[in-house]
Amino acid sequence: MAGSTPASLTADAGVAKTRAYSPGREAWRRFRRHRLATISAGILLVMITAILLGPFIWRVPINEIDFTARLSTPSMKHPFGTDDLGQDLLSRMLYGGRISLAVGFAAMFVALTIGTIIGAIAGMSRGWLGTALMWVTDLFLSLPQLPLLLLVIYLFRDALKATFGPEGGVFVLIVVVIGGLRWMPVARLVRAQFLSLREKEFVEAARALGASRLRMVVRHILPNALGPVIIAATIDVAAAILAESTLSFLGLGFPPDIPTWGRILYDSKDYLDIAPHWALFPGAAIFIAVVTINFIGDGLRDALDARRVI
Amino acid sequence: MGNYVLRRLMIAIPSLLGISLVLFCVLALAPGDPFEELATNPNVPPEVRAALRAKFGIDDPVFVRYFRWLAAMAQGDWGFSFVSRMDVDQLILQRLPATLFVVGLSQLLAIAIAIPVGVFAATRPYSLFDQIASTLAFVGFSLPTFFTGLLLILLFSITLDWLPFVYRSDIAATGWRWWWEQFRQSIMPISVLGFFQAASMTRYVRSAVLDVIRLDYVTTARAKGLGEKVVITKHVVRNALIPVVTLVALQMPAIFGGAIVTEQIFRIPGIGALLISSILANDTPVIMAVTFVFACLVVFFNLVADVLYGWLDPRITYR
Repeated sequence: MAGSTPASLTADAGVAKTRAYSPGREAWRRFRRHRLATISAGILLVMITAILLGPFIWRVPINEIDFTARLSTPSMKHPFGTDDLGQDLLSRMLYGGRISLAVGFAAMFVALTIGTIIGAIAGMSRGWLGTALMWVTDLFLSLPQLPLLLLVIYLFRDALKATFGPEGGVFVLIVVVIGGLRWMPVARLVRAQFLSLREKEFVEAARALGASRLRMVVRHILPNALGPVIIAATIDVAAAILAESTLSFLGLGFPPDIPTWGRILYDSKDYLDIAPHWALFPGAAIFIAVVTINFIGDGLRDALDARRVI
Repeated sequence: MGNYVLRRLMIAIPSLLGISLVLFCVLALAPGDPFEELATNPNVPPEVRAALRAKFGIDDPVFVRYFRWLAAMAQGDWGFSFVSRMDVDQLILQRLPATLFVVGLSQLLAIAIAIPVGVFAATRPYSLFDQIASTLAFVGFSLPTFFTGLLLILLFSITLDWLPFVYRSDIAATGWRWWWEQFRQSIMPISVLGFFQAASMTRYVRSAVLDVIRLDYVTTARAKGLGEKVVITKHVVRNALIPVVTLVALQMPAIFGGAIVTEQIFRIPGIGALLISSILANDTPVIMAVTFVFACLVVFFNLVADVLYGWLDPRITYR
C-alpha cells in the first residue's frame, strides 16, 4: 500500500526474516508480482519463438504469387488470408516480424550506447563539458523527431543503398537514425544516477584505493546505475518498433519486397473495405508487441527499483 | 510578466539556432549534388557550369553557406516549390491552419479526458476505477495512431457508414450545414490523436496528483474543514499540474509526429501531408521548410508551456 513504506530495508528484513534471496532472484520474485507483466513476458516469448521458428514449419514462400487466391479471407490453406497478389500473409508476417523486432532491438542498442556514453561523461565531468552535453541533449529533445527522421531517410537513402545493398542499407539507416534520435532520455537518466552515485562512500573508497576514473565508472558506478537504464531500454524497444512501423506505414521505410508489419499495413490500407483481415493481422501484431514490451518495462520498474518495497 | 516572457524568448532563440544548425548539417552532409545533372549533360559547357556554381555559392565554405541560408530563411525567402509552382512560404501558410486546427482540438480533447480521469484515479489509488484507467491508458499509448485510424475508418466509415473518411477543405455548403460537415469529418482525426495523447497524459496526471495529495498542506486544508471538492480542485490539482505542464511540453515533438500520420490517413491537407507528398516528389525546398516549421512549432509550444508554468507556479520569479 502507498504510504506504508518502512524507514529502511533493514527494518523490513528484521520483521519478515524468512529467506535471503540473491539480487537476481529477488528481482524475479518482484517481477512476478506484476501479473500483467508476467503474462506479457509469456506472450512476447511465444511471439518471438513463432517468428524465429515459424518459417521452418510454415514453409510457404513470402513472394509466391497466386491470383486464384487473391484477397482470400483466413482459411486452412492460408490461416491469415492473402493479399492482393495472393501472397500468403502468415509467412509474410513471420518474415516481417523478424525485421520489425530486429530493428527494435538494434535501435535500442544504439540509443543505449550513445545515451550511456554521453550521460556518463556529463555525469562525471564537473566543468563546462557536462553543461554543454546537457545543452545538446535538451536541443535534441526539442527536435521534431518524425519530420527529421523522414528528412534524413529521404536525403541518405540512395547513398546507403549503393553501399550496403537495398535491404542492408535501409536497415542500417533506420536503426542508426531511430537510435540516434532516442538516446536523450537514457543520457539524462544515466547523468542523474551518476551525479548521486559519484558522491557515495564506496566510490570514494575505490578512489582512495587508487582506481582510475575509467575503472571507477565501469566497475563501481555503472553497475549501480543499471536498473533505470534497463527499464528505459525496454521502453525504447517498443518505441523503436513503433517508429519503424510508422515509417513503413508512410511508405518511406523498407522497400515493398521486405514485408515488415508496417509495410503490410501500408499496402493493405487501400483494400480496407474488401479485405479488412489484411490490415487487422499486422496491426494487431504491432500492437501486441508494443503493449507487451511496455508492460514488461512496467514490471521491471517494480522489480529493479530497490527503493520501492512491495 | 512581460519581462519574464521576453526572457524566455531570449532563451528560445539559441535553441532555434541550434535546430537550424542541425538541419543545415543534415542537408550539407547529404550525398548528391544539385548540379549533378548539369555535370553529365554534354550540352552545358564547363564555363557555364562553373559560373552557375559560383553564382549559387555551392563551393563556398560550409559556414558561409549556413549564414547565407539562415539570412534567407529569416527574410522569409524560403525558396520555390518546383512541384506546386509557388513560393514555399505561401504553400506552408495555406496548409498550416488545418494542422493547427487538428492538433489544437485533439490537445484540448486530451486535456478534457486526462485531468478528470487522472485526478479521480489518484484520489482512489488501487481501486477498481484506478486499475481499469491505468490499464486502458497503457493500452492507449501502445496502440499506434496509424492502426487506430484504420480501425476507426473500418468501423465508422465502412461498416456503419456514419462518417466520411476523407477530409475535405472545400466543403460546398454554407452556414450550419458547413459547420455540421466540418464537425463530422473532424471527429475521427481529432479523436485518434486526442485519445493517444490522453493515454500518456492520464498517467502523468495520476502520478503528479499522487505525489501532491500526501503532502502536509493538503492535510491542513482538510483539517480546516474544507470540503473534499475544494481541497482537490483548489489545493491539489493546481500544484499537481505544474510537473504535468513540463511533461506535456516534452511530448510536443511526438504530438506533431502523430499529426503527420493522422493527416496522411485521413488525407487532411496540412503540413504533415505536405511533407510526405514532397518527399515522394523529391521537392527539397519544401521538405526543408516544413521540417523547420515543425521545429519552430515545437519551440513555440515549449515557450507557451514555460509561460503557463510561470502562471501556475508563483514561486517562479517574473524578473
